[in-house]
Amino acid sequence: MRSSNPAQPFPANASGNARTASEIMARARGQRYYSWVLKILVWLAALLTAGVILLMVGYILVTGVPNLTLDLFAWTFTTDNQSMMPALVNTVVMTLLTLLIAVPIGVGAAIYMVEYAKRGNKLVKLVRLTAETLSGIPSIVYGLFGMMLFNIAFGWSYSMLAGICTLAIMILPLILRTTEEALISVPDSYREGSFGLGAGKLRTVFKVILPPAMPGVLSGIILAIGRIVGESAALIFTSGSGKDNLMLGKTGNFFADLFAPLFQSTRTLSVHMYNLMSEGLHMEEAQATAVVLLVLVIAINAGSAHLAKKLTANGQG
Amino acid sequence: MNKITVTDLNLYYGQFHALKGINLAFPAREITALIGPSGCGKSTLLKTLNRMNDLVEGCRITGSVKLDDQEIYGGMDVNTLRKRVGMVFQKPNPFPMSIYDNIAYGPRTHGVRSRVMLDEIVERSLTQAAIWDEVKDRLKKSALGLSGGQQQRLCIARALAVEPEVLLMDESTSALDPISTGKIEELAMELKKQYTIITVTHNMQQAARISDNTAFFLLGDMVEYGKTEQIFSFPQDKRTEDYITGRFG
Amino acid sequence: MAKFKETAMHYVFLLTACVSIAAVAVICVYLLANGIPTIAEIGLGNFFGLTWKPSQNLYGIVPFIVGSIYVTAGAIIVGVPVGILCAVFLARFCPRRLYQVLNPAVRLMAGIPSIVYGFFGLMVIVPVVQQLTGTSGKGLLTASLLLGIMILPTIIGTAEPALRAVPQSYYEGALALGATHERSTFTAVLPAAASGVMSGVILGVGRAIGETMAVIMIAGNQARMPGGLLDGLRTMTSNIVLEMGYSTGLHRQALIATGVVLFVFILIINTCFSLMKRRSET
Repeated sequence: MRSSNPAQPFPANASGNARTASEIMARARGQRYYSWVLKILVWLAALLTAGVILLMVGYILVTGVPNLTLDLFAWTFTTDNQSMMPALVNTVVMTLLTLLIAVPIGVGAAIYMVEYAKRGNKLVKLVRLTAETLSGIPSIVYGLFGMMLFNIAFGWSYSMLAGICTLAIMILPLILRTTEEALISVPDSYREGSFGLGAGKLRTVFKVILPPAMPGVLSGIILAIGRIVGESAALIFTSGSGKDNLMLGKTGNFFADLFAPLFQSTRTLSVHMYNLMSEGLHMEEAQATAVVLLVLVIAINAGSAHLAKKLTANGQG
Repeated sequence: MNKITVTDLNLYYGQFHALKGINLAFPAREITALIGPSGCGKSTLLKTLNRMNDLVEGCRITGSVKLDDQEIYGGMDVNTLRKRVGMVFQKPNPFPMSIYDNIAYGPRTHGVRSRVMLDEIVERSLTQAAIWDEVKDRLKKSALGLSGGQQQRLCIARALAVEPEVLLMDESTSALDPISTGKIEELAMELKKQYTIITVTHNMQQAARISDNTAFFLLGDMVEYGKTEQIFSFPQDKRTEDYITGRFG
Repeated sequence: MAKFKETAMHYVFLLTACVSIAAVAVICVYLLANGIPTIAEIGLGNFFGLTWKPSQNLYGIVPFIVGSIYVTAGAIIVGVPVGILCAVFLARFCPRRLYQVLNPAVRLMAGIPSIVYGFFGLMVIVPVVQQLTGTSGKGLLTASLLLGIMILPTIIGTAEPALRAVPQSYYEGALALGATHERSTFTAVLPAAASGVMSGVILGVGRAIGETMAVIMIAGNQARMPGGLLDGLRTMTSNIVLEMGYSTGLHRQALIATGVVLFVFILIINTCFSLMKRRSET
């Protein structure tokens, strides 16, 4: 802010004030020039961003697609085929199991915060603060923590279960926050209506509040799936990098085959790609894996965009 | 015969004294209108009758409210109370489900599972609420697709489906157009043959048209209570007269 | 019975709400309980020294702290201007048709796994830098470029909604005073969204400093004080991943302690973020 002399609110000839027509014209030209530069910069930034995305996606597809051989999708991993199928299957299984732990906890916590806790509740504030903290912790710190707690202290060593537990803590804040927002956006008149008919809290929550909040909850789950699929740093020290397809029964005993994989080392697709790259021997396979990961991410994003559309449509209806 | 009897009722929102020593009785199978300017406590009183005020934080109540000689702030289960004392809100608030499920929500809450019985309840309630003919072909469609007036009659049907004894109507026509309002008024006149109706309204003509008794509230006090003709023709209190003749409020 | 169910579920929900509190508590306790005794054992002078040679019991992590700060600063220099300008573009300049393409593209960028970013950096950015500079191509410059790209969606994703939330009247007010579209946007709208934009930047900083798998591929990973723009360096995150596999004993403990230091950095950044958010809410 330029300081002005209070005794002279309208300075007769202050340098900042254009007086003559030519000065005004020069000012306008100046502003035009300034605007022009800004416009260029803004467009340049957008082009740069778009260019980077195009380059990345293009590069991954161009180099990766020719390397997508049928061998890479063989049901079992061998050193010859370097199949990503086991990793893909394990990714799906780990994602489902992680959600199985994190979703009930996250949704339950959100229900408590929105439907049960009184306004200004200290606990709710603390939950929000800790959830925010959790969402800021980098994956590698989760990896270290998971390793120390699950692998070492609990003695699970490298195991799918350790990876799942670590991931569950990691995605918990995501589920919690999106569900909380979805519940808050459900109008109070639904709650009144249900209570007014003599329904209890549980029935109100599960039959009246949760259904319209469902698209919001689902979009949180989809974001979480994206995070799990892309995760590597939190997993290399917890679930490790076992190459086997753990879904192939070995003992023939149904229950043993069902639960044994939980305690075996497992790699997800992202970890698989990391291993391929750090070994440095299988770049073609890594390129192909990148394509598969990219396709997964695109599918996940499309799903969440679809839900977002549904969500706004609901809001208008 | 009085359906609900309120004795020495005081209600506080935190420090605010919202209802001051209210005494009145609502006769069975009649319509009683609660009138008064905004913030006078009439809606608050209505909400104490089925304990919807329980949802409001910092709300404290002394005194007694009896439903058929049973104290509702005593041991009575709040959900049972709300089944017996139904409520229709200011704005129509159908749930985002089908018309059928909206009506069936209450009976299902109270344990009705049989499909045949539910079908019967749905048809009966919708007929009672004078909306059956308009929706009978679209019971499976979302209730949110109905017009405002239809939604409000749906909400009345929903309230009737649990077979309440008392129906509370909280400015239930204020969000509607005149034609829908007329339909709801006719409906209320019809329903009073079976139900005790207590309505809060800002609309003087409406109170005069449909109610048997009228209570006038001002700043948390009940100023006057009596037969509607009495209140509107020969108000005893100067403040009542001023209000109904439109001098304030 | 029904009453019992209501009460029981109330406590179940309460319990689930406490999980995230417990998680943070356990993480803090575990990391600190492991980290602090280790740092004490190694010695403060040694741990915050300049030399990392586990074979000689030298566990100085300052080079990695500096490395992390360097790459984060580099990412800020590359990513923040582009990110903010791009957010301005999306919020105020973008034709609707283009927005329908660009917005999903930015969200795709946010979803791409870091390992894929690392792969892209290794295969595309490293060779280019190699060609242009005649060095190995791995180092601060490459890491800054890649991390700058990686934090773009984080910044854009936070800044764009903040810009959109600015009341239209601010913009119109400036326009009515004779300012151009660009000038109004930058002098009236952008300052009004400053705290939202800043929290996007802080989130980006958090992402950059915590990034592991991409950095490890392209930073060179030399365990010494970072030199110039083209020299290789090692960050706290990559130090952990690189040596955890074969470390034992005190060496392993020192790596965990590195994680603890990183955690403290993140907590500081988080605190800045929540302060910023609180300010933007009031």
